[in-house]
Amino acid sequence: MNTNGETIIEVSDLVRKFGERTVLDNISFNVYRGETVVIMGGSGCGKSTLLRHMIGSMKPTSGSVKLFGEDITNMTERGLERVRLRFGMLFQSGALLASQTVGENVALPLLQHTDKSVDEIEEIVKHKLQMVGLTGFEDLKPDEVSGGMKKRVGLARALALDPELLFSDEPTSGLDPIMTAVVDQLTLKLTHGTHMTAVVVSHDMTSAFRIATRMIMLGHGGIVAQGTPDEIRNSPNLEVQQFIHGEADGPIPLNLSQEEHEDHQHVKPRPFVAARHRFYRKTA
Amino acid sequence: MKNYLQLNLNLLYWILIAPFTGQFFKISPIFGQMVAIGVRATPMVALTAFSVGVTLAMQAAHSLESLGAEMYIPDLVMLTLLREMGPVLIAVIVIGRSCSAVAAELGTMKVSEEIEALEVMAINPVQYLVVPRFLAMMVMLPALTIFGNYIGILGGWAVCRFALDFNTAGYVLRALESAEPWDLYSGMIKSVVFAWLVITIACNAGLNVQGGAEGVGQATTASVVQALLAMLVMNAVLTGIFFFSG
Repeated sequence: MNTNGETIIEVSDLVRKFGERTVLDNISFNVYRGETVVIMGGSGCGKSTLLRHMIGSMKPTSGSVKLFGEDITNMTERGLERVRLRFGMLFQSGALLASQTVGENVALPLLQHTDKSVDEIEEIVKHKLQMVGLTGFEDLKPDEVSGGMKKRVGLARALALDPELLFSDEPTSGLDPIMTAVVDQLTLKLTHGTHMTAVVVSHDMTSAFRIATRMIMLGHGGIVAQGTPDEIRNSPNLEVQQFIHGEADGPIPLNLSQEEHEDHQHVKPRPFVAARHRFYRKTA
Repeated sequence: MKNYLQLNLNLLYWILIAPFTGQFFKISPIFGQMVAIGVRATPMVALTAFSVGVTLAMQAAHSLESLGAEMYIPDLVMLTLLREMGPVLIAVIVIGRSCSAVAAELGTMKVSEEIEALEVMAINPVQYLVVPRFLAMMVMLPALTIFGNYIGILGGWAVCRFALDFNTAGYVLRALESAEPWDLYSGMIKSVVFAWLVITIACNAGLNVQGGAEGVGQATTASVVQALLAMLVMNAVLTGIFFFSG
């Protein structure tokens, strides 16, 4: 772990509850400048929730998140906007503005936050799209490109302002193996070349081991394991081994019965079957 | 209600205060919204206003002829349109067209993470999405109301000229004699207030959508119903204020 570098993200005792259900339970970790930290874990383990706390979209029940040394959990909207100018975010769906073209989407942060001329912005947009392998797609609408392309446009947009920190939510899902390798190489180039820091939420283990300098595995609301890719690969933890090898059998509960689900999640199942029966009796 | 009041305060901040702190809103999106909200509504507004003008003149003719007071038909058409029917009917059309469209568009942006993406890019959704729609509505609803008033008066003229014993000059003179500037101003005041209500209700419904496509549908329906009710109640309140203040 690179503990000598500047701390970019500091997550301390983060707890997030939705009603009675605890999704994140006392999570603490730091991310240092130049690192690529991959956050992994099964579906519904709270990876995206953790990411949303790190970008300031969600407020924790308790605990704090510091970005660039500033606590964003109790920050005003103006303060948050100032911090947000320093990082980029790639959403799982791309989250492109459907009413604007691919080029306009990438140009949006530049138009809003810089005084660059239209010609300069056009040049930057072309360059960013070229980086993600989408030269010549500027005039298409998001509806006219594939899901994988949308994601790459989202990446180009996240990189438009040359951020110091990049958050990516499943950057390679929906991409073919070649494009996955291109996106991974781009991430490596940016982290090595410009000392950009990256936090990547991913299920894709091949990609994760290719780009990560450190990996954090979430489970049961907490951190199951963390370490370098080698440490994770050789971890004695059975949950980690089951997850990275993608095995159906193991300690991670996959097919929960309703009772087990209730025990795990503290959520009362909705009596939808009974309700439907009542509906049919009424209308019969 | 809390969200609605907060949206109104945010709007006032971004329009009145933020420009003095160097945070200007962009002008070009306002024109785009003016076209969507106003220009594209003109055929519908024209058809509705003409029909109402024709109907008003025929109904007035039917009642006033029996009293031997046909000469007051232009007065009735003019005053009814300027004070009541113009602002209310045009607002109903704009609610049907634009209130639903704005709520659905912003709602879809909310559920497809576009609004969250804007926030994460340090772009305030109120400044970027709501301000252009608000300013466009504040200009275009009163403009459409004036346009609708003219077309409605034209409808009244068509009945008077071709079905009754009026000539064009007689109709115009009678109509102008009956109306005072305040009749137009009172309609315009109503129109501005309706514009504020309609667009803020639509944007608030869209920005607070929850629950995917079903949520977008519910928010769109709710925005139209709420905007209609708010507009009609506000119309009664404003008419009351104008009536009792003399």
